[in-house]
Amino acid sequence: MPRMLMKGNYAAVYGAILAGCEAYYGYPITPASEIAESASALFPKFGRTFLQAESEVAAINMVYGAAGCGQRVMTGSSGPGISLKQEGLSYCAGSALPCVIVDIMRGGPGLGNIGPEQSDYNQVVKGGGHGNYRNIVLAPNSAQEMCDLTMLAFELADKYRNPAFVLTDGVIGQMMEAVDLPEPVSEFPDKSDWAVKGTAESRHLINSIYLDHDDLERWNRHLEKKYAAIQKNEVLVEEYMMDDAEIVTIGYGSSSRVLRSAVDIARENGIKLGLFRPITLFPFPVDEIAKLPEKGIKGILTVEMSTGQLVDDVNLALKGKMFSDLYSRLGGNVPSAAEILEKVSELYGV
Amino acid sequence: MFLLPRRSLRRSPSFTGCNMEKKTVLRKPKGFIDVYKHKPGAEKDRTHYCPGCGHGILHKLIAEALEDFDLVEKTIIISPVGCSVFAYYYFHTGNLQVAHGRAPAVASAVSRANPDSVVISYQGDGDLAAIGGNNINQAANRGENMAVFFVNNAIYGMTGGQMAPTTLEGQKTTTTPYGRNVKTDGYPIQVCELINTFTAPVYVTRTSLQDMANIRKTRTAVRKAIMNAKEKKGFSFVEVLSMCPSGWKKDSLQSQQWIKENMVPRFPLGVFRDVSEEAETVERPVPVMDTEEVKKIFGYSDFKASTIQKNTEANFKKISLRVSGFGGQGIMSTGIVLANVGMEYGYNVSWLPSYGPEMRGGTANCSVKIQEDTIGASEVTEPNMIIAMNQPSLEKFEKIMVPGGALMYNSTLIDIEPTRNDVDIYKIPITGIADELGDTRVQSMVGVGAFAAITGLFDPEEIVSLIPSLFAGKPDKVLNMNEEAVRKGYDYVTENYSV
Repeated sequence: MPRMLMKGNYAAVYGAILAGCEAYYGYPITPASEIAESASALFPKFGRTFLQAESEVAAINMVYGAAGCGQRVMTGSSGPGISLKQEGLSYCAGSALPCVIVDIMRGGPGLGNIGPEQSDYNQVVKGGGHGNYRNIVLAPNSAQEMCDLTMLAFELADKYRNPAFVLTDGVIGQMMEAVDLPEPVSEFPDKSDWAVKGTAESRHLINSIYLDHDDLERWNRHLEKKYAAIQKNEVLVEEYMMDDAEIVTIGYGSSSRVLRSAVDIARENGIKLGLFRPITLFPFPVDEIAKLPEKGIKGILTVEMSTGQLVDDVNLALKGKMFSDLYSRLGGNVPSAAEILEKVSELYGV
Repeated sequence: MFLLPRRSLRRSPSFTGCNMEKKTVLRKPKGFIDVYKHKPGAEKDRTHYCPGCGHGILHKLIAEALEDFDLVEKTIIISPVGCSVFAYYYFHTGNLQVAHGRAPAVASAVSRANPDSVVISYQGDGDLAAIGGNNINQAANRGENMAVFFVNNAIYGMTGGQMAPTTLEGQKTTTTPYGRNVKTDGYPIQVCELINTFTAPVYVTRTSLQDMANIRKTRTAVRKAIMNAKEKKGFSFVEVLSMCPSGWKKDSLQSQQWIKENMVPRFPLGVFRDVSEEAETVERPVPVMDTEEVKKIFGYSDFKASTIQKNTEANFKKISLRVSGFGGQGIMSTGIVLANVGMEYGYNVSWLPSYGPEMRGGTANCSVKIQEDTIGASEVTEPNMIIAMNQPSLEKFEKIMVPGGALMYNSTLIDIEPTRNDVDIYKIPITGIADELGDTRVQSMVGVGAFAAITGLFDPEEIVSLIPSLFAGKPDKVLNMNEEAVRKGYDYVTENYSV
């Protein structure tokens, strides 16, 4: 198995090609530009389509078109670009089109800056565009996972005919790590009952209009059931030093990497700190978090690079049995292990 | 006025005056679905368009052409937002209904996904020239293989008669109740003229549905655009001046008259460009999906598992390194080479750059971790080693070092001494050694060699053995110089320090 040192952003593109992604439509934006750049270098080598779209809006609509034709298709962007894509994403969800979107989060709101933040959580995890829909959201925290979870995103997108996000921040996108390239995907789902291919048998309709109120309600109920199935079947988490943990930290993406360091240092100092990392943000690990109070722990600290977007979901999952504290850094600042341990000490007296 | 398409006339003997016994059969072209199953309500045999509207005529011209050219099955129609949002009710083709203005973007991807299909982007004036203005221009400029039918009726029909980009000067609409004032609302946009400024389009024409003669010209244009798409000639654009009796508050005949008297003077009819004959065929690649072929292109079989042994006697078990200096000093590549070598030794490694404007401001730095355990944070906030290539870097990063660490600095460019006395100091003329070798650019490999000596993690000859793959594609001279740089950096440390 080939092992290569590469940026998280590149790893997502390798994963896409290995997953059989046939087309990449994107617009450059820091800190996600290497995704478009590496796609422009790699996709043509495989006879696959790379097109630099005129705008983020065009890019997601190109994704809509390719997905409607049954292709595995991807785009990549960052905060402001994702905001622009929201209408198109709503159309993709409304027309049940599988596609993969990589969001390398940067600082906001507005132009913000290009440092790492996690402030797209709400706009990606909660749906973001108009209407009742959810995105499947996978949150890698390493270059290897950028590859692996991008591949999984294609699989889940097809399985549920729904947009799937790979959501991470500038640190994970920009850093290099060793990546073991997996085997390419060889089997693809049959889309012949809905994809438009320009043939007699594929004269289908890709559409999100339901003029009749009852029809639209029925369609929304169908989507609702789909999201319930995703919630039931697809939750992924990583637990580190959780068996005997007295204090639990929760974080995803690069926050979770820092938390791992904090846990290691805490353990060296006899503090029983553990890490609970949601790998899927939708579906959110509601049941797993709801069980945390049963372990008789002293406290839960959610660490995020946003002002309490993740902690809202943690607290909803806890159903009032406990409340998670919050430690956040913003504006491109990444929390350090030392800061987190100081906060743990201050909150829980250890 | 009852408009009969020409083909129906031709095929209907009763209109030719001969053989009067044969029964006249007027039928829908096969380009249409027989029963409009997608259309809600009971009336599945007629369109939703208003009496006198031009959409029905244009739909029919398209449907007839698709049948006549035997293209119904391989055609994909992109329905916009506007009155023709429901074009998919009628056409017996593949259909995608899309967001407002985005039909050309969607069609671009549909055409690339299905290069042998005939892709039609059907759009109105608000959709195409206002909210989707950029998308149509860019698709035209790329020469996407598609036929665009642009219905210009100078108004937003579906939304209820608001101003369109093509609304005429002085024209009253529900958002220009006093008439379009060009001083505040701008002038009606002449889209054909705009599209004609791009190099790529092969066919650009404006026609009208105002009377039978012009409908015939429209028919010719429709057929040419569809044939161009079939023959992969690229981007064809047909603007059709069309009646909107409901939006204009006129009857059918008045509407036709209104086009003639008011629209045509602003939107002159005619062919703006036709290079269809000499157009080059649009070629699209065939995707490689075979797994063995994919692995071959990625070079899976070229990868060899590393056999390099770790040095169990190394001075450092765990590296948390910051490399810092001016942009152009090879700061990033120093870090990447060390991470690569670490990976070949079987360590967990991470490399994190400073990125963006910081890079362009003259200073650059990166974090490198090399260790046995899984790596947590990739940003090095408490380095046990730094490589400072210029003075600001030394000043910035020596402060955050942990006691007992190793501080390497480039004495060629740094005149000051480090202030820390609880770390091991390595004063190395990194740039000077590189210059002696004949190229300042090899200074990063001098640093790599010195790193190997200080930490004891890497054998310099193992690093040298990796150079051809690290600098793949570079000429031998460059490879040799970098190899020498590693050795010189290594030797400088071992000759001047006890490590």
